[in-house]
Amino acid sequence: MKSEFTSPIGKISEINGKCISLKGNDIDTDRIIPARFLKCVNFDSLGESVFEDDRKTLKGRHPFDLKENKDSTILIVNSNFGCGSSREHAPQALMRWGIKAIIGESFADIFYSNCIAIGIPCFTLPKKSIQKLQNYNDKEFLILEIDVKNSLAKSKDFNFKLEIKDSSRKMFLSGEWDATSTLLKNENLIENKFNDLPYLKFNTHFT
Amino acid sequence: MSQNTLFDKVWDLHKVSSLPGGSDQIFIGLHLIHEVTSPQAFGGLKDKNLKVKFPNRTVATVDHIVPTDNQSRPFKDNLAEQMIKTLEKNCSQHKIRFFNIGSGNQGIVHVVAPELGLTQPGMTIACGDSHTSTHGAFGSIAFGIGTSQVRDVLATQTIAMNKLKVRQIWCENKLSNGVYAKDLVLHIINKLGVKAGVGFAYEFAGPAIHALSMEERMTICNMSIEGGARCGYINPDEKTFAYIKNKLYAPKNDQWDQALTWWNSLKSNENSIYDDVIKLDASKVEPTVTWGITPGQSISINQQIPLIDDLSPNDKLVAEEAYEYMSFKPGQSIKDTPVDVCFIGSCTNGRISDLRVAAKVLKDKKVSKNVKAFVVPGSEKVANEAKQEGLDKIFKDSGFQWREPGCSMCLAMNSDKLIGRQLSASSSNRNFKGRQGSPSGRTLLMSPAMVAAAAINGKVSDVREFINK
Repeated sequence: MKSEFTSPIGKISEINGKCISLKGNDIDTDRIIPARFLKCVNFDSLGESVFEDDRKTLKGRHPFDLKENKDSTILIVNSNFGCGSSREHAPQALMRWGIKAIIGESFADIFYSNCIAIGIPCFTLPKKSIQKLQNYNDKEFLILEIDVKNSLAKSKDFNFKLEIKDSSRKMFLSGEWDATSTLLKNENLIENKFNDLPYLKFNTHFT
Repeated sequence: MSQNTLFDKVWDLHKVSSLPGGSDQIFIGLHLIHEVTSPQAFGGLKDKNLKVKFPNRTVATVDHIVPTDNQSRPFKDNLAEQMIKTLEKNCSQHKIRFFNIGSGNQGIVHVVAPELGLTQPGMTIACGDSHTSTHGAFGSIAFGIGTSQVRDVLATQTIAMNKLKVRQIWCENKLSNGVYAKDLVLHIINKLGVKAGVGFAYEFAGPAIHALSMEERMTICNMSIEGGARCGYINPDEKTFAYIKNKLYAPKNDQWDQALTWWNSLKSNENSIYDDVIKLDASKVEPTVTWGITPGQSISINQQIPLIDDLSPNDKLVAEEAYEYMSFKPGQSIKDTPVDVCFIGSCTNGRISDLRVAAKVLKDKKVSKNVKAFVVPGSEKVANEAKQEGLDKIFKDSGFQWREPGCSMCLAMNSDKLIGRQLSASSSNRNFKGRQGSPSGRTLLMSPAMVAAAAINGKVSDVREFINK
């Protein structure tokens, strides 16, 4: 784990780094961070516990324990990564371990939006391309340069056109992926909506 | 793109603005919070020097970390005590309504909001919990969010989200005797797969769905997320309205009439357009049990664990992982598999009707000596109602432990955990590796009636052999 952690801030237009691959479909957020680590009132110490149970089971052979992956920042995964619980602790733990971007076959919806909300771009690639990346990474270091604007991943041996939701891509490029300030800009519209909603009128006893 | 479905109507009604990039800003009508995913969100507010915008539209309870054996304060677990204290402090500071232990209204957030009449058709409902989809049973659009989005809702009562596509899952005929909503939803997830719902809202429809009680509908919508759908819903009908009527926070008098008119206008039109439609025959569904490590890995009680060659290429990888983790052999029967622990509870199946069904199976029977069995009511209200009906006594007489309300061993954040390789028969929603508190513990998901049957026999059993006698 990286010793100093700073949260990403502002525009995210490129991510360059070493890849770590984690093979398997349907890797759920309970596996990424088991529930017992959710007993916390901040996210600070989650990085060291990422994949805790899987790592213990593999006794040092888990990708997140291998020496060669120590400085990796780009995670390569398979299908339906991050399914299950909505816990943001899962991407927070990955980020605190050192992950800055994820490339996978597909992501679960809530996990995906949690990643976007905290500044981890998630890209998709077809199964075959993911396997190619993972197989390559089994044999030698895979260093990728990700260009968010053009959704491109380049390495010394190959280039891939990555897929990312356009809304997410634009948020990273403009630096507005931390949605709160964008949402707050429409304060008047929010007030109008609050005053217009039919059910808030017949639930007056609750307000 | 879908048109004129309930989802479209409710989404459009709550849309505040189109955001740059193509996502929508959506107003959240009801925000539910609990102790696990909210502290960092309040911390985020503080960091940004923001206030809670509409404190009345957020409601809190405590469920995930509460002990179910002894709830006196301070909790034995210091971390759990710290979490409940943090929630108490945040709610009092921001003037948020909080249903604490002993209030008579505490319980699992997805049990509490419907039983208080907070959950109503046409609302958008968000909560930092993936099983928020439960509330869709009332014709609301309800989904789980992460902590950063909890912060956004607290600060703005809105979130940024891409509109979902809509898949209708039409269930023909009706469930046969001894087959429950849990069996139906496990069957649906098995047929469609655990990621088929990514990017979709599921509309559950058809005669088999509308024949279900509201509590059964909650079981169905609750597990939408296990099929990948962040949101699942059912068009409201007379049963929906009857359930809400006279609940504590239900509209009253003239307002009730206004509500009914509006609720009736929300249903998907007959000529609605869906992005996808799936049809299935509910009468063919049998008691269903999971055998693997995803909720999609299930079979009927009389089937065998699938052979690797019978599975699609996409399912093989996870199946191999599951055989190994579960120590099951392909081709092996699931029936008669010995179980160590039986758990009835959770936001999926911890409601009064679930307890009634299980108690009916357990009446005048004894839990097998080899089994530890316990029941955790979904809320204080459920617990009280069960006691009034004498269900607690039936459970205790059979050998079940009767516990206090909470999430308990569904996710094992309190002291209710599997030990080592124990195998549980569980009425909860996830059979993920390590989910129930032991990194090597194993979970078989099934209906509460099937858990009761397993408890009596000490092994996975067909509940129809109990109720059809």
